Amino acid sequence: MSLIYEARWVFLEGILTTIKITIAASLLAFAMAFLAGLGRLSPFAPLRWLALVYIEVFRGVALLVQLFWMFFVLPFFGIVLDPIVTAVLALGLCNGAYGAEIVRGAIKSVPHGQSEAACALNYSRQQALWKILIPQAIPMMLPPFGNLAIELLKATALVSLITVHDLSFQALTLQQTTMRTIEPFTVVLAGYFLIAIVITGLFRLAERQTNARLGRGAR
Amino acid sequence: MSPIIKLTNVCKSFGSLVVLDGLDMEVAQGEKVALIGPSGSGKSTVLRTIMTLETISGGEIEIDGEALWHMRRNGKLVAADEAHLRKMRSKVGMVFQQFNLFPHWSVLKNVVNPLRTVLGLSAQDARARAEELLALVGLKDKLNAYPGNLSGGQQQRVAIARALAMRPRIMLFDEVTSALDPELVGEVLNVLRLLAHEHDLTMIMVTHQMGFAREIADRVLFFEKGRIVEAGKPDKVFTNPDSDRTRAFLNAVLQG
Ligand SMILES: Nc1ncnc2c1ncn2[C@@H]1O[C@H](COP(=O)(O)OP(=O)(O)O)[C@@H](O)[C@H]1O
Ligand SMILES: [Mg+2]
Repeated sequence: MSLIYEARWVFLEGILTTIKITIAASLLAFAMAFLAGLGRLSPFAPLRWLALVYIEVFRGVALLVQLFWMFFVLPFFGIVLDPIVTAVLALGLCNGAYGAEIVRGAIKSVPHGQSEAACALNYSRQQALWKILIPQAIPMMLPPFGNLAIELLKATALVSLITVHDLSFQALTLQQTTMRTIEPFTVVLAGYFLIAIVITGLFRLAERQTNARLGRGAR
Repeated sequence: MSPIIKLTNVCKSFGSLVVLDGLDMEVAQGEKVALIGPSGSGKSTVLRTIMTLETISGGEIEIDGEALWHMRRNGKLVAADEAHLRKMRSKVGMVFQQFNLFPHWSVLKNVVNPLRTVLGLSAQDARARAEELLALVGLKDKLNAYPGNLSGGQQQRVAIARALAMRPRIMLFDEVTSALDPELVGEVLNVLRLLAHEHDLTMIMVTHQMGFAREIADRVLFFEKGRIVEAGKPDKVFTNPDSDRTRAFLNAVLQG
């Protein structure tokens, strides 16, 4: 145990890095999910294709390959990115592609009568989308978005392979320097688990908030 | 006087299924028309094409003397664009069988928000108009309730108020009491009765409430297979129809 105590700052740095990357990449993922998900629903065909290409490319290529490509290949084209920036970009873009389907699916699952009522009241397409469809779709997006954020958290472990000093990286380093295996990896396990619990809690809270705002609380 | 709604040779197919088959129909300004007929005969489709919820496969619909699905550009008749459709839609309102209230908004917001968003009314004006109409349908005490907490009859009355608040010249009602428990039908019909006294409001109602149609309609149209089989004054159509098919339908409905 004293080993862990001595290494506490190393672990703390790792945890903070993992949290930072998870938050930044999740924000990017949700933004991309909305852009691409709405793009897929656009009446404007080139936007639909653009969104589709993005989704298929980033869903179809292994995250590790995306990370390596951005980190090791882009420099050959004169683009050198900071490891953390690379990590956020790759994780955000990849999970955004999955999230796009969540956004699209949620919007499409709002009952058709809602769009028809909006049309009959002479809402424009955009007005109906933003004021009627999306507000009803968001509560449906929250549970799968919560899962996506957890998947993203777990995937952050890969960024240790492009020299980011995240939680996993610190565990590997400690294992090599101290020749101990059980302690570092147990701490790492607990660390990821705790972050996951916090994420789950936050999304539950958000769900309850939106449901209350939708007037479902009184039901 | 020229009709406010005029359908000329309107055709509508879903794939190979022909739903409207060269339909001609005219409705005068202020007229109250009831559409009756067997299920699947195309009654909803007629209303939905007038509301632009469905496109048409052929023919033309005119509203207030202006083509709905076409417009003039440089003297040529071209397909209507979104701006033209929105202009035309502002003349028409519709109430649906399933109410289609916006569940994320309170009763008041359901009426106020379209006024704000679509008509650009100020918050005060929108609220005043919404309260007036919700009072008309007897729901002044439910302003802050959410649709999910209302009975079907109350929801439908909100839907009627919401549509009326936009001040359309034409109101379309598609079986607005069919989804209601029997004891709630009356409160909605009472609201429709009230509207029937609005001299300038044109109303087209698809209904299975034959007694009600007879009571408030100026004219009854009997639909079958996407065509009007019989049209006339309610007293005539309901008591002494010209067509055997109308007679057969009425017998079936009144017995059933
Ligand atoms: N969106 C659609 N796609 C395919 N068929 C449809 C669609 N809407 C209506 N129909 C068909 O068109 C016919 C007429 O429907 P409708 O106008 O709803 O009849 P009614 O209101 O008189 O019962 C029915 O056979 C129905 O199944
Ligand atoms: Mg119908």
